[in-house]
Amino acid sequence: METFDRTREVEGIREIEETDEIEKMQEIDVLVVGGGPAGLAAAVKLYEKGITSVLIVEREKTMGGILRQCIHDGFGLTRFKETLSGPEYAQRFIDAVEELHIPYITNAAVTEITEDKVVTVVTRGGIRKWRARAVILTMGCRERTRGVLGIPGERPTGVFTAGVAQAYINLYNRMPGKEVVILGSGDIGMIMARRMTLEGAHVQAVFEILPIPSGLPRNIQQCLNDYDIPLYLSHTVTEITGKSRLESVTVSEVDESLKPIPGTEKVYPCDTLILSVGLIPENELSLDASVVLDGRTKGAVVDENFQTSQEGIFAAGNVLHVHDLVDFVSMEAEKLAEGAARYVCDGKLQACRIPVTADENINHTIPQKVSGTQDVKLAMRVRKQFKDVTIVVRQNGETIASRKMKKAIPAEMIQIPVKAERMKRDGALEVCVEC
Amino acid sequence: MLKEFTCIVCPNGCDVTAEFEGTEIRRIEGAACARGEEYVRQELTAPRRTIASSVAVLGGTLPLASVRTTAAIPKDKIFRVMEEVKKVTLQAPVFSGQVVIRDVLSLGSDIVATKNVPECEK
Repeated sequence: METFDRTREVEGIREIEETDEIEKMQEIDVLVVGGGPAGLAAAVKLYEKGITSVLIVEREKTMGGILRQCIHDGFGLTRFKETLSGPEYAQRFIDAVEELHIPYITNAAVTEITEDKVVTVVTRGGIRKWRARAVILTMGCRERTRGVLGIPGERPTGVFTAGVAQAYINLYNRMPGKEVVILGSGDIGMIMARRMTLEGAHVQAVFEILPIPSGLPRNIQQCLNDYDIPLYLSHTVTEITGKSRLESVTVSEVDESLKPIPGTEKVYPCDTLILSVGLIPENELSLDASVVLDGRTKGAVVDENFQTSQEGIFAAGNVLHVHDLVDFVSMEAEKLAEGAARYVCDGKLQACRIPVTADENINHTIPQKVSGTQDVKLAMRVRKQFKDVTIVVRQNGETIASRKMKKAIPAEMIQIPVKAERMKRDGALEVCVEC
Repeated sequence: MLKEFTCIVCPNGCDVTAEFEGTEIRRIEGAACARGEEYVRQELTAPRRTIASSVAVLGGTLPLASVRTTAAIPKDKIFRVMEEVKKVTLQAPVFSGQVVIRDVLSLGSDIVATKNVPECEK
């Protein structure tokens, strides 16, 4: 059976093969795929809205998602008005789930979601199937790897993505290495630069292929500058050397088209290369359910209720688009839950026929479609750095919302609220950057 | 003297410009809130940071419990505090919020656990 092949590594599969028993399909109002900051927040909000036939399915042993390993602080300033570490932030929602007695299963992997919302789950007790009235996709995202970048050279051990290194140190008490080079200035890479320094490693430098940093300015200050770790922009790793363990990386400057410049090569002896080169929403299950994805976000195309192209299938958080802050992940999922609750009660949601378009300076907007009948918050990212700009939302040539910004950078997700009373029932919303 | 700061208090990361003479601040501009001004004042006089790490746990479902400072500590004491954190081993169960080191190095900050680590069932 195909489902077996795809889930061979899942813990507990042996028990299933032994029992070889598939339970009868159960009916449920809402099945939430993933118990991270988005899934937990969505489930809690659904309960508050009176939808109690809910199940959260989490593939790890415990809930909390990636926050379990994000032990640094700075989470929750927007959602809870205080600064928390990742585990503390997750615990707030886990506590709410426990208090409300929201059902969840851990050590359970969803292996298939069909268009008619039949969800197959591999659990320790066997394969189980639910027919859900609504499915909430909150699977989060994955890290881009060396394979995606195609860095030439040998294949030694010692090359880790930032999240894997973070899991080794913060979850498993294992130090990945001592002499470290970091490629990519994503936030997790910078946070790992600080973390490894605190644990006694020597972080030589962070190299970023782009001419601007991809992480937040505060992380450049508190993770790099504070520990005298240099950040080299317009540089990339062009060779990896090492027979069994990583021995060195070669770094080159790149030109405006991001091509390495011959003659600029410099060798950095090191035993560890950390990659922080971007995140991609994890949408294999969404594709199974024929959910249409947006090539810019690599997440689903959604309307203002976070409903995907498949009726009754919703998506929010990093599976939809990569966020800068977890606070916005949870808040987006809470907004999704309001729509999903109405869908479960009424069997349908208002039609969203107004497309949201963007000019060449905006990478993407979420949602991609609105109804024009309720207030929405458009989330977006700019393609490059801007100073003293206004981001304008227009409909039929008229400005209906705008936000003045001293500085707009790709690292930051920008949100602009648009009031229902300003919107007409037809005519695309156009988002543009005005200098 | 003029100096540019990136405020680290919140994710806004305001660019703050300060004009100062020694430790006397003449003018602070660019912070979206009062905490940004306070941050720059502190940076110019006695910079402080919060830190997060982990301590080993015996008999727990996880080998580590994450910990953090409850208040910012002087920046130049970060590695001294890390040494103190490394000396600690806890016995499960560990509860989030549990004080791991009270008033570490008399710096006015506790080290507290930020994760629940239940006891391992034998």
